[in-house]
Amino acid sequence: MLNAGTPAPDFTLHATPDQTVSLTDFRGHPVVLAFYPADWSPVCGDQMALYNEVLPEFRRHKATLLGISVDGAWCHAAFIQHRKLRFSLLADFEPKGAVARSYGAYRAKEGVAERALFVLDGKGTIHWSYLSPIGVNPGADGILEALESLAAATRAA
Amino acid sequence: MSTRRSRLTLPLPERDHIAGAPDAPAALVEYGDFECPHCRAAYPVVEAVKEALGPRLQFAYRHFPLSQTHPHAARAAEAAEAAGAQGRFWEMHAVLFENQHALEDEDLIRYADHLDLDVERFARELAEHAWEPRVREDFLSGVRAGVNGTPTFFVNGVRHDGAWDVESLLEALVTAARRSA
Repeated sequence: MLNAGTPAPDFTLHATPDQTVSLTDFRGHPVVLAFYPADWSPVCGDQMALYNEVLPEFRRHKATLLGISVDGAWCHAAFIQHRKLRFSLLADFEPKGAVARSYGAYRAKEGVAERALFVLDGKGTIHWSYLSPIGVNPGADGILEALESLAAATRAA
Repeated sequence: MSTRRSRLTLPLPERDHIAGAPDAPAALVEYGDFECPHCRAAYPVVEAVKEALGPRLQFAYRHFPLSQTHPHAARAAEAAEAAGAQGRFWEMHAVLFENQHALEDEDLIRYADHLDLDVERFARELAEHAWEPRVREDFLSGVRAGVNGTPTFFVNGVRHDGAWDVESLLEALVTAARRSA
């Protein structure tokens, strides 16, 4: 998996069936990439539901959160609507898992993304990354700490 | 890549609602959501643990409402705080879990009436969202401590990732208490 200090591989993925998003669109502000195995995990308070609640804290750092899984754009659209998510989920669908692979966050055997977190700085460099055991919701504390240390580093520069 | 250990960011200061002795050797903190079915299931478990450990346990409940999933959870948490302001937090806590499927504002006010609270004050504080910042503060303290869903338990400040049936919790608490003794 890619570590801190590495340039984040660029990508363009579908955010909705008729709209794409590129990583370069977000230059100038931090980006949080949350790779996860699949939509529709059968628990309440899952990872994406938690991030939905913590979103105002991410926004305080002007950070954009992007969820990424191999699910298709229509699946994401239904999931977003059902869970009332207020951030984008990107479809790493065709070629399947290509972006997750480029971050070293793909499980070829299962054909899904790892549960992996990346915080990127405004220049698109990885500031922090974390690989969670696939069954464990990594929470949001690591992301918040990374955004804070990034803000401190930016101020000092 | 970093590794992390989940610990409570806040100890058990004056701000918490604590059942039991504040100097008890075993400390259990729950981050919960009154509309979450798993928290409902955990409620009698915690009661049994409290009963079993008696004065050796202090139990604190903090709010972790997943509002997008559970539309009544934040209001219910505010209602518990409004009751707490009148000294009846734990009574309301019990009523809310026991009536998890009736958490509309008029239900909350009815419960306040049953608990003999100053209903006018209760309704006013609810309408003004007087306790919303407090609930959010609980929520964020949980996020910081690595709470990733509900219920999440902490045993003597360390996240309890194991099972939370009565026996498992008792074992974790007794072990932690022995270590702190």
